Amino acid sequence: MNARSGLLIAAFLVATPALAQTPPASPPAAVPAADADVMPALPKVPWSFDGPFGTFDRAALQRGFQIYNEVCSNCHSMNLLSYRDLSALGYSEDQIKAIAAQKEVTDGPNDQGEMFQRPALPADHFVAPFANEKAARAANNGALPPDLSVIIKARDGGADYVHGILTGFTAPPAGFPMSDNMQYDLYFPGYQIAMPPPLADNTVSFADGTQPLLDEEARDVTTFLTWASEPTMEERKRTGAKVVIFLLAMTGVLYGAKRRVWSKLH
Amino acid sequence: MALPQNKIVRWIDRRLPVFTFLDHELNQYPTPRNLNYWWNFGSLAGIMLVIMIVTGIFLAMQYTPHVDYAFNSVERIMRDVDYGWLMRYIHMNGASFFFIVTYIHIFRGLYYGSYKEPRELLWILGVVILLLMMATAFMGYVLPWGQMSFWGATVITNLFSAFPGIGNDIVTWLWGGFAIGNPTLNRFYALHYLLPFVIVAVVGLHLVALHQHGSNNPLGIDRKGPQDSIPFHPYYTYKDMFGLSVFLIIFALFVFYAPNFLGDPQNYIPANPLQTPPEIVPEWYFLPFYAILRSIPNKLFGVCAMFGSILVLFIVPWLDTSKVRSSYFRPVYKWVFWLLVIDAFVLGWVGAHRPEGWFVVIGRIGTFYYYLHFLILMPFIGWFERPLPLPPSIAEAVLGKGGGTLPGAAAAREKP
Repeated sequence: MNARSGLLIAAFLVATPALAQTPPASPPAAVPAADADVMPALPKVPWSFDGPFGTFDRAALQRGFQIYNEVCSNCHSMNLLSYRDLSALGYSEDQIKAIAAQKEVTDGPNDQGEMFQRPALPADHFVAPFANEKAARAANNGALPPDLSVIIKARDGGADYVHGILTGFTAPPAGFPMSDNMQYDLYFPGYQIAMPPPLADNTVSFADGTQPLLDEEARDVTTFLTWASEPTMEERKRTGAKVVIFLLAMTGVLYGAKRRVWSKLH
Repeated sequence: MALPQNKIVRWIDRRLPVFTFLDHELNQYPTPRNLNYWWNFGSLAGIMLVIMIVTGIFLAMQYTPHVDYAFNSVERIMRDVDYGWLMRYIHMNGASFFFIVTYIHIFRGLYYGSYKEPRELLWILGVVILLLMMATAFMGYVLPWGQMSFWGATVITNLFSAFPGIGNDIVTWLWGGFAIGNPTLNRFYALHYLLPFVIVAVVGLHLVALHQHGSNNPLGIDRKGPQDSIPFHPYYTYKDMFGLSVFLIIFALFVFYAPNFLGDPQNYIPANPLQTPPEIVPEWYFLPFYAILRSIPNKLFGVCAMFGSILVLFIVPWLDTSKVRSSYFRPVYKWVFWLLVIDAFVLGWVGAHRPEGWFVVIGRIGTFYYYLHFLILMPFIGWFERPLPLPPSIAEAVLGKGGGTLPGAAAAREKP
C-alpha cells in the first residue's frame, strides 16, 4: 500500500495503454542524432517527497527558493505563487515581508488616477521578470522561458526530468549539428535547449553551510519546484493515509457483515 | 408489513407512497440469488455518477469558464480553496474510474447476455448513458484549458468537418466562431453541467427497465419461482456495500497517491493555439475508439467507423441470435467474448501510439476484428453453436449437491 503498489494496480487496470506511453530507455552513448523518441533514461533521484509518506525537506525548500530567487527568477516567472505561500517553507511573516519587499509592483490607480510603483507585499503574486511574452522572447534570443509554477506536473518524468535538465548540460557529440544560441542537454527532447546552463558549482552560497555543488543545487531547486507545483502534496498524503486506513477497516467490517447475512442462505 | 408503523410515515405514505416505493424497489425487490461480484458494477457506476455530480458542483463554485482565467482558476482550486485539491483530484480520477466500472458493467452484460429478450430497452438505455458519458467526459476535459484540452477539442470537433458539404458549417456552429475560443469553452461548460443531469434521468429509466423484469443472472435463465429469488435487502445491499468499500480503496490510492498518473502532463501547460503538442492523445478511456478512427485512411469513413463502433452496440440484442443468454453455456461464444476483450485492450494500446509502422497494421486488424465480432461472429455463432444443457432452475443449480455459491461450479458438477 504505497505509491508504487498504487501504480501497479493502475498498470493492471489500464494495462497496456498507460504502460505503452513510457518512453523506452536507452544508454546515452548510443544516441546518434536528435531523435526525441530515443532519449537516455532519466537518473532516478531518491527524493524526500517520494512515496506515500514522503514530505518536503524544509531546509532543501528554503535553499531551493533561494536558488529560484537569485538565479531562475531572472528569466522564469512563477505566476501562480504568492509570497504568502512561502510560509509553508518555514519562513516567518517578517522574513516573507522582507522577501516580497525586494521586488516592485505596479499598483493603482491612486486618487490622482495614476499608476504607481510600490514594494511587493506578501499578498502579491511572485513578480515576473518580464512585462510580457514579447519582452521575454526579446531578452532570450527569441525563446520563451516557461512559467515554473506547475513545471513538475507539466513534464513527463516530473522532478527527475527537471533535475536531469539542470545537470544534463554537456558538450555536443562530435558532428552534432547545433543551432545558434543553443546548448546541448542530454535530457532535453531533441537535445538542443535555448537555456544556458543556469547552475554550476558555487552558483549560490547557502547560509546553512551546505556545499553548493551543482547536483545539490539542482536537487534543492527541484524540491522547491515540486512543492510549488503542488503545495498541498503533504496534506494529500496525510489525508490519504487516514482515508485508506478507514476504508480498510470498513471493508473488513462489511466483509464480515456480508458473510454473516449470506450465511443464512446456505 | 415491512413499513415502519410510525404515524407520520404512514400519513405521508398514504398520500405520497415514497416509503412503499423504496420498500418495493430497494428492500423487498426480489433479486436472483446467484448474482456474482460482476453484478456490483452497476451500482458502482451509479455511485460514481453521484460522486462526480457532487464534486463537480463544488468545483463549479470556484471555476471560471473563460479562456484567460480557466487554467489559473483550476490551479487556484488546487492551491487556495479548502480541500479544493481533494474535490478536483476526486473529480479528475473519478472520470477514469467511472469509465472503468462502466466498461466492466458493459462487458458483464455482453458475457451474460443481459441484453437479450426482455431486456433490450434496458441495454439500449445503457448505450445511451455511455454516449452521454463520453460527451460529458470530453467536454469536461476541455474545461481546465490546458494544452491537451485545447488540442483534444480541436481534433474531435474537426472530425465533424469530414461530413461532405455541410461539415465545415457544423464545425463553425459547434465552436460558436471560426476557431476554438471563448464561446466554445462557455458552451462546453454549460453542457458539461447539464449532461450529468440528463444522465441521471436516463439512469432512472434504466432502473425502471431493470426492475420490470429484474436482474439477469450468471446462469442466464429466468427465475421460475420464489425459491430462485432473495430480497435485495439485506443480501445485495451488504454485498454492494462491501464491493463499494473495496472499490473505494483502489480509487483512494489513485486520488491520494497517484492523482496525475492517468492524466497527461501536457494538460498542466496552459492552452496555446500557436503551439501543437508533440502528441495529441485523448484520455485513456477513449483510446480504443481513437485507434479505430486512425485505422481508416479516409477521414469520413474513419469518423463513421469510430461512431459506428458505439452505435453497433444499439443493435446487439438483434445481432446475437443465440437463445441462450449466459456465455457459461456457450462453448464457442465464450472464447470469442474474451477475444473481444483482448481486442479492446489492443486497440487501446494502439490508440496511445502514433499511427506508424506496425501500429497501423495492428490497429487495422483490431478494428476489423471489432466489427467482425459484432456483425459476423455474433449472428453466425448463435446459429451453429450447440449450447450446453441449461440447469432446470437457479435454486437447483445453486443449492444442488455441491451447495457452492458459484453457479458455474454447481452447474458443472451436475453435468453427467
